[in-house]
Amino acid sequence: MKRIYVEEKWCLGCHLCEYECAFANSGMTDMVKALKGKTIHPKIRVEDGKNVHFAVNCRHCKDAICVNSCIAGALSRSESGVVEIDRNKCVGCFTCVLVCPYGAVMPDGDGHVAQKCELCTKNLCGEPNCVAHCPNRAIVYEERD
Amino acid sequence: MNTFIYPEYEVVRNQDNCIACRVCERQCANRVHRYDEENKKMIADSTLCVNCHRCVCLCPTHALKIVRSGDTYRENANWDMQTVNEVFRQANSGGVLLSAMGNPKNFPVYWDKILLNASQVTNPSIDPLREPMETTVYLGKRKCEVVRDQNGKLVDTMSPSLKLNLPVMFSAMSYGSISYNAHESLARAAKALGTYYNTGEGGLHKDFYQYGENTIVQVASGRFGVFKDYLEAGAAIEIKMGQGAKPGIGGHLPGAKITEDVSATRMIPQGVDAISPAPHHDIYSIEDLRQLIYSLKEATGYQKPVIVKVAAVHNCAAIASGIARSGADIIAIDGFRGGTGAAPTRIRDNVGIPIELALASVDQRLREEGIRDNVSIVVGGSIRSAADVVKAVALGADACYIATAAVLAMGCHLCRTCNTGKCNWGIATQDPELVKRLNPNIASQRLVNLLTAWNHEIQEIMGGMGINSIEALRGNRLMLRGVGLNETELKILGIRYAGESL
Repeated sequence: MKRIYVEEKWCLGCHLCEYECAFANSGMTDMVKALKGKTIHPKIRVEDGKNVHFAVNCRHCKDAICVNSCIAGALSRSESGVVEIDRNKCVGCFTCVLVCPYGAVMPDGDGHVAQKCELCTKNLCGEPNCVAHCPNRAIVYEERD
Repeated sequence: MNTFIYPEYEVVRNQDNCIACRVCERQCANRVHRYDEENKKMIADSTLCVNCHRCVCLCPTHALKIVRSGDTYRENANWDMQTVNEVFRQANSGGVLLSAMGNPKNFPVYWDKILLNASQVTNPSIDPLREPMETTVYLGKRKCEVVRDQNGKLVDTMSPSLKLNLPVMFSAMSYGSISYNAHESLARAAKALGTYYNTGEGGLHKDFYQYGENTIVQVASGRFGVFKDYLEAGAAIEIKMGQGAKPGIGGHLPGAKITEDVSATRMIPQGVDAISPAPHHDIYSIEDLRQLIYSLKEATGYQKPVIVKVAAVHNCAAIASGIARSGADIIAIDGFRGGTGAAPTRIRDNVGIPIELALASVDQRLREEGIRDNVSIVVGGSIRSAADVVKAVALGADACYIATAAVLAMGCHLCRTCNTGKCNWGIATQDPELVKRLNPNIASQRLVNLLTAWNHEIQEIMGGMGINSIEALRGNRLMLRGVGLNETELKILGIRYAGESL
């Protein structure tokens, strides 16, 4: 399946992907309206070290430990391979947050349920918005299996 | 005390649109932007801004723009603001003013005073989409005599030459003045396009020997990085006698830019300033030049054409005549608008002549002396578009060199502060954090796009004139007409005024 991969070599640590992610999942069509004055809760996070930057989001593992550990059946792997989360089923136990080896699952803005990257399949973008707006093509969406 | 100089440009932020994502802050090497925690908004210090537009381009909500600040002294046609500020800067520092990129002063741009012809009624124009249209160019000596061997067979050994798929090459920019990624982008683009890029005088990084077939290696007065493998790696060797942006003076790459890699490539100690002398200390005459040309040819088995690059100066026609007799295969002429990573401002803005006039006079002189076929002529120094290329070819050039247009394609916004080494676009810098901003996967594609577009335009313009081969356009000055030019200018350019028929 097509996945998001991050080329550390080209990641500038500009954090644009975080804002593009938050915008994509805001349900709004105007970025200023969506994000102005708000604290964002993106599903992709840029890890910054000294001279090292790396955007991290869900790897959509084939044998996803988050799916296996979900006590409510909220997490599942779709036919196309996307690891999805059903907000209505999530009980907010955050076991998935604890078990994800990449730190790619996190509580959402309200802190009641978990959230994770679903490759923009559930919003208006269609294709991952972080990939579309990465200024240095550090985030790519491709088939590598 | 230093006189305060109000910034010429200022950053304007539309606070209604700013979402305080701090991308501008993270992307500015000059530290213009910062986040004010107390007021929860972004602020900018325009005194630090060089107007490179990195923040403007990356702002996701288009909340930023950079405008003329509008601060002005009492108007004075003689002492304009920049002139006054330069006096202040020199009184502050006591130093020679440095600038980068090409001469920005308001001198006439002759390309814009030359108009092209098109076919109407009596001669058919050609549609390049339906009929063949040749833009391939060979650079090097042309044999005019028919020579037969003792059996009466034609002797068809050609002098070494360069084959270009389109009449444009990337001109010299050294590794050191521009980044590793910029060089990689140029090399990959040259290979993809079937043309050449030029190492400049900084040597050739070992990673780029693989692009040797599309590389012109330069030998300049500093001789940086020159050794046998280097000479053999390239498709041609260029002797740099002068540069359009700073004719008559050498170069100076500050020690801070001599990183480990640059030092290894240039074969000089790390952290030590790289000084290119103003003259080649072994060349004081055309005869000396000939010796170097033949030394280089000898070293490479007479397999590679040798280019001699000179700046366009007052006597360039006579100089070119000498070069054409010296054994060189190609003459490259660099006009006074050519770019640079750093030059003394007074030199950049006041020395040299326009490439259009230099080209016309050189081509004319070589024709008159019957030695035009001894050499090909390549011109650079602000070739800005496909139209400039076509006009240059019609004035007598075989091909053009572009560098400013190439760095623009890679992201440069002509802020003209390459000399600071803090290029926010990752081009004119050696800071690894800034260099990585230029991804060669993107930049090489943009260069290919640019020249592919130019080639389409060249074909379209040629087709309009009823010409189906760039060879038939070369030196075809009847395809040109001047506007707004005086008699002397028309005479030097060798063209008629618009409205004059054959």
